[in-house]
Amino acid sequence: MNDMTPTDMQETDLFSKFDALIETRRSLLATGVTDPFSLVMEKVLSPTTAICSGRETILLGTYNYMGMTFDPDVIAAGKQALDDFGSGTTGSRVLNGTYAGHRAVEQALKDFYGMDHAMVFSTGYQANLGIISTIAGKGDYIVLDIDSHASIWDGCKMGDAEVVPFKHNDIEAMEKRLKRIPEGAGKLVVLEGVYSMLGDIAPLKEMIRIAKENGAMVLVDEAHSMGFIGPNGRGVAEDQGVLDQVDFVIGTFSKSVGTVGGFCVSNHPKFEIMRLVCRPYVFTASLPPSVVATAATSIRKLMHAGAKRTHLWENSRTLHKALTDLGFKLGTAEPQSAIIAVIMPDLERGAMMWEALLREGLYVNLARPPATPAGMTLLRCSLCAEHTAEQVAIITGMFERAGKAVGII
Amino acid sequence: MDRAAIAARIAEVIEPFNKNGIAITETTSFAGDLEWDSLTVMDFVAAIEDEFDIIISMNQQAEIETYGQLIDAVTTLQG
Repeated sequence: MNDMTPTDMQETDLFSKFDALIETRRSLLATGVTDPFSLVMEKVLSPTTAICSGRETILLGTYNYMGMTFDPDVIAAGKQALDDFGSGTTGSRVLNGTYAGHRAVEQALKDFYGMDHAMVFSTGYQANLGIISTIAGKGDYIVLDIDSHASIWDGCKMGDAEVVPFKHNDIEAMEKRLKRIPEGAGKLVVLEGVYSMLGDIAPLKEMIRIAKENGAMVLVDEAHSMGFIGPNGRGVAEDQGVLDQVDFVIGTFSKSVGTVGGFCVSNHPKFEIMRLVCRPYVFTASLPPSVVATAATSIRKLMHAGAKRTHLWENSRTLHKALTDLGFKLGTAEPQSAIIAVIMPDLERGAMMWEALLREGLYVNLARPPATPAGMTLLRCSLCAEHTAEQVAIITGMFERAGKAVGII
Repeated sequence: MDRAAIAARIAEVIEPFNKNGIAITETTSFAGDLEWDSLTVMDFVAAIEDEFDIIISMNQQAEIETYGQLIDAVTTLQG
């Protein structure tokens, strides 16, 4: 006899897989530390300052590298587009979601990179997800750096290609794997110009040469270099003189450009077909008219931003040296980008240091596994061209006091 | 190379990664019994790939949980 009805059956809690993370979070917050992942900016005053918990805070963790978010021309373009085109497109790029502004921002990208084709996605995440999953299919091989961004990994997972990672920035490990791929298989090498966790750059010149010698196409994510690395701000590949060897450059509007959106630029003669076959491009609504208008204006201004670029590098070098002199352990021995990663001994002291800095009036990013390499806890600082030399000096003092209070230096 | 020879060479590669000196059998699992985290797995896979001059893609790794399964996979990949 069995009188058990379906309602009596024990249901499996699908959330039990998150128990370990829930416990880590609970024990961290039980120490009384402010939750580093639920900060609210109550008012944003400028690219470098905001009001957080009622106090004025210097922003040092925004990726707003070129400080374009409050540029008067950018703001004016956005307001005009709101008036002329409305608040949103309510449609896919391939149906009713391509306005004049979408074409204009793609033209701005083609001019910025000197490339034949540009395709704009609704986010940078979708650009990697869409391009990688669409071009590398069944039987093809993707060879990628193990420290690649989540959007690259997710693009690999969504496609049907064989995925072969190699040790971070290890030229020999990459070459060995390329040489072992069966003859005749399609190959895509995926690299980043700047790796955002430690702020280090890739040896693209060597890696791209080897990729090409082995018959691979090359995709480089330049999200964290656009606007200030390379003679024209086109990124690390341009800086190392190999941009013409890159088949696909992936980028974003949510960092130096100062709004939201993602893109791919390419010289591939068949590139335009991507608009019909790339699902993360087709099956989502396009960016609002105000967003593409601000992006186009910002991109065109970034073509002539030499003075800002110089000042951003000064800021990066100054802060890197100051933090090194104070005794902090940094992600790179020399400043290689506008990201300076301060390595924390563990998550608990990382969270304490993050909170001590916030009390001083400084916001940085707290980064923890699995986003970070080798299980590290990092305080990630990203500098802005609009940070003044005085602000950088103030930031240094804040780090010194907080570091001593927490016992890290 | 036959299965036994491959098994012996894999055992040698495992040695420096087996920090707790766990006795290895065909059913020993890398994540469960050896308690390797994803970073250790990555380094170990690279060592195996270099030892046998093969590629074990992430897709293939998903199917390999135990020492025995790894021996089978390497035997197949060696052709």
